[in-house]
Amino acid sequence: MDALKRTPLYELHQSLGAKMVPFAGYEMPVQYPLGVLKEHLHTREAAGLFDVSHMGQVILRGDDPEAVALALEALVPVSVAGLKEDRQRYALFTNDEGGIEDDLMIANRGDHLFLVVNAACKEADVARLRAGLEPKGVTVEYLEDRALLALQGPGAEAALAALNPAVREMRFMDVATVELAGAEAWVSRSGYTGEDGYEISVPETAAEELARALLDQAGVEPIGLGARDSLRLEAGLCLYGHDIDTTTTPVAASLPWAIQKVRRKGGDREGGFPGAEVVLAEFETGAATARVGLKPEGRAPMREGVALYESDAGGEPVGKVTSGGFGPTVGGPVAMGYVPAALSEPGTRVFGEVRGKRLPVEVVKLPFVTQTYKR
Amino acid sequence: MQMKFTEEHEWLRVEDDVVVVGITNHAAEQLGDVVFVELPDEGATVSKDDEIVVIESVKAASDILAPLDGEIVEVNEAIVEEPAKVNEDPEGDAWFFKMKVEDLSALDDMMDAAAYKDFIG
Repeated sequence: MDALKRTPLYELHQSLGAKMVPFAGYEMPVQYPLGVLKEHLHTREAAGLFDVSHMGQVILRGDDPEAVALALEALVPVSVAGLKEDRQRYALFTNDEGGIEDDLMIANRGDHLFLVVNAACKEADVARLRAGLEPKGVTVEYLEDRALLALQGPGAEAALAALNPAVREMRFMDVATVELAGAEAWVSRSGYTGEDGYEISVPETAAEELARALLDQAGVEPIGLGARDSLRLEAGLCLYGHDIDTTTTPVAASLPWAIQKVRRKGGDREGGFPGAEVVLAEFETGAATARVGLKPEGRAPMREGVALYESDAGGEPVGKVTSGGFGPTVGGPVAMGYVPAALSEPGTRVFGEVRGKRLPVEVVKLPFVTQTYKR
Repeated sequence: MQMKFTEEHEWLRVEDDVVVVGITNHAAEQLGDVVFVELPDEGATVSKDDEIVVIESVKAASDILAPLDGEIVEVNEAIVEEPAKVNEDPEGDAWFFKMKVEDLSALDDMMDAAAYKDFIG
């Protein structure tokens, strides 16, 4: 096994008393002394600082920015050419079967596109980008010398604005280059918690100083991967490799909104991405299964892998939980998973088998908590 | 009587003629924030090593085994209602169940506080 990699904030995590665990090839902080539950609640009440430097950061460039955008559209089913300058959009890499290879963020930064991809997929994603784009004259630059921080929660704006007030002007999914703690930072107003907040890319040499400057702000606590997971689950956001993977299509994954009309049937730039035939047909026929929110009626958490049944006894499983646990803000168990389309209406009752017992679960609309993005 | 400890990180304390059972401070710390507890039925007859309690933290689910043969005479509903109590006072108010056992001498072989301290290192 390869040695675990460390992010530029490794020593800071250690000094803050983090418990480190292996995650996607990195030694990452799963929690700090505050603990997962309080870190989660703190992020929703004030502000949390996350180290997400394990994620992949990629720049795409070419002589003609529009040609770069169009070239990328051959790999993702979203409108890249329609993404305005200084804006960011959620996207998916699809495969020939219409399955999802990864999910990512694409930002239009004027003369280049800036991508953030999942840590576990980044090598495959860079290979996919090189194979698909280099023959079209696009340069694919994988940035290994930048850190990525996320500052999330209702206190995020005030904390970041203390370092540079320009960030107050940003709206949800805006991107900007601003100076933070003496470094050039690429900031987006986005995140993975359902809260208002920012993701901040900085040179690795500036990461610790910036992190310390943010932790010095009132109300900012360091938050580990444990709370990051419960926060994103309550926010109804997918975790790649769990809630979406190569076997789930965008429509089945309840992500049709990620595919803009211009890429759908009848759109000006219809199809032209891997698996387009399968994916676009599902907009008309519907998918056989759907990703839904699941609210266990009792107190017992239903975790990933719990089989779902139509009735409280007998029969074969009809679906399964893909993410689940305790939602600290909800104050009870929360989950998401896949059920047949016929059982996907909110209010439908299904049963999850936990330790041999079939426990009732209600299909609910996602998210579990109201998103507080600054639109 | 002083507390006794098992390798499963339970503590036992004899009160009158029943044995009170809970989990240790060390176990509670390792589990992290407890969010769900399922206790056995009062009156249930259990055998040593039966999985009689389910405890879930934010991280994972674990079982707690019956430390002895016996009958469950009382369970602590307060920790079912408020699982966070397990993290607050695991060796005090947040006991799990009380059981009646035939033979209290089985406790003699269990670790005392000093031995348990060595055991967890």
